Amino acid sequence: MLLTRTLRPLIVGAVTVLLGAACTDGDGAAVTSGSEPSGTLRVLAAASLTETFTSLEVELEAQYQDLDVAISFGPSSGLVEQVLAGAQADVLATADSTTMDDAVASGVVAGEPVIFAQNTLALVVPAGNPGNVTGLADLARDELRIALCEPQVPCGTAAAQLLDLAGVDAAPDTLEGSVKGVSGKVALGEVDAALVYRTDAADEPGAIETLSVPEADQVVNDYPAAVLSDSLNPTAAHAFVAALTAPTGRQLLAEAGFGTP
Amino acid sequence: MPRRRSPQSSQADTRVPPVMLIPAAVGLGLVLLPLAGLVSRAPWARLPEILSSGEVLIALRLSVTTATAATVLCVFAGVPLAWLLARTSLPGRSVIRGLVTVPLVIPPVVGGVALLVTFGRNGVVGSWLYETFGVSLPFTTSAVVIAQAFVAMPFLIVAVEGALRTADPRYDDVAATLGASRWTTFRRVTLPSVAPGVVAGAVLCWARALGEFGATVTFAGSFPGITRTLPLSAYVAIGAGDTDAAIAVSLIMIAVAVAVLVLLRERWVGQR
Repeated sequence: MLLTRTLRPLIVGAVTVLLGAACTDGDGAAVTSGSEPSGTLRVLAAASLTETFTSLEVELEAQYQDLDVAISFGPSSGLVEQVLAGAQADVLATADSTTMDDAVASGVVAGEPVIFAQNTLALVVPAGNPGNVTGLADLARDELRIALCEPQVPCGTAAAQLLDLAGVDAAPDTLEGSVKGVSGKVALGEVDAALVYRTDAADEPGAIETLSVPEADQVVNDYPAAVLSDSLNPTAAHAFVAALTAPTGRQLLAEAGFGTP
Repeated sequence: MPRRRSPQSSQADTRVPPVMLIPAAVGLGLVLLPLAGLVSRAPWARLPEILSSGEVLIALRLSVTTATAATVLCVFAGVPLAWLLARTSLPGRSVIRGLVTVPLVIPPVVGGVALLVTFGRNGVVGSWLYETFGVSLPFTTSAVVIAQAFVAMPFLIVAVEGALRTADPRYDDVAATLGASRWTTFRRVTLPSVAPGVVAGAVLCWARALGEFGATVTFAGSFPGITRTLPLSAYVAIGAGDTDAAIAVSLIMIAVAVAVLVLLRERWVGQR
């Protein structure tokens, strides 16, 4: 039992290498269209996609017996940096077009990125709303503990746009490197208010309360996904990206609260 | 300084077997290559401009002040704790000795999570602090100092305890027979005898505090001028794609680390 568990990734890895060699030897297009997705698929995805992509991983691995999906979640800008620094991956999915455009401009993406989802921001407070927050204007209150995303990551860029739109000069106490860092601190009750994605707010209904913000619908993040040009497993990579806009992916994304582009 | 050897063994001794040399070279390369790479990629021309930019200076000042405050806290609490461990027959001493070194081996991020759920507003201790005094520690400069002290304290305790164990306790006994109280003995006899150990421990403690990242970012968050120390600003810079700034900040920290090592070495050489 233990032995097979230890050996399985090795065998899968060996198969991946062999398949990769086969792809480069023969006609790539023929192999892509002919075979089922298999081997290891490495996905780099924005932190806000954590729950949805983890569910999609389970679905795809159930659908394709020989496929092993490994996903690394992080801030989009950091993921693009990783790819540029040579991280071996097959699919990149970011939380806004700006970060994906950086990857495209650097020539690490194969083909056109596909916009598969949309997200908007939500003003969130811990359960019970200890800071009596009622709207975006409260983010300027100095006595409250406020968390926002770092301006370079997509949720921070979106937050800056939203605050600009509402004319609020926010007084954050911490700028987190990823949206999960923000929502985690709200769920713990360590901050009084924060801006996260609508999907992150919906993810922890017991610990986080969402307040409606009329301006939020005007700042929309597009989520692009793309196959990377250095992919060792383009067959599985194309299947993963296709699944995002197929009924399975659409349903999972909709359940998590993402909008359809 | 080559030592004189007997004629028979001299030839065999001078030849380094490749089985030792090759792994040794790999080890040396692993340690030195990244540093050399950093130095070679450093934006020397832009360095003065980057280092004099407000953001780096603010992070540097914050790092120096918090690391110094953390070191003061560690010396204040750590020296008595080391003394208790080295010189008394406290019950459960060996267990306590093991426990105080835990921050050395756990990942700093884990330490940060532990601090957050303990001293956070909803934490075991933090909720009492918040309800009684209205004090909320996370995301404050105090939280940075606490996180740094948490990870750096073991360095001081281990150094001071080692010095206390090797120092001759008979001086203390003599002082006691001459009528000195335990506190006077500690202050006038014990402490001066282990002063080099305390200094070495404090310097290591300061250097570790200066480089603290994981516990700080988890417990104290990241905000310029309040909680964003040099390691955090290097991380933010690399995340933002500003490699030049990240390298510049890294160079400052390497320079400080090297200075600390040189200082300690002179300290040790001078003592022996």
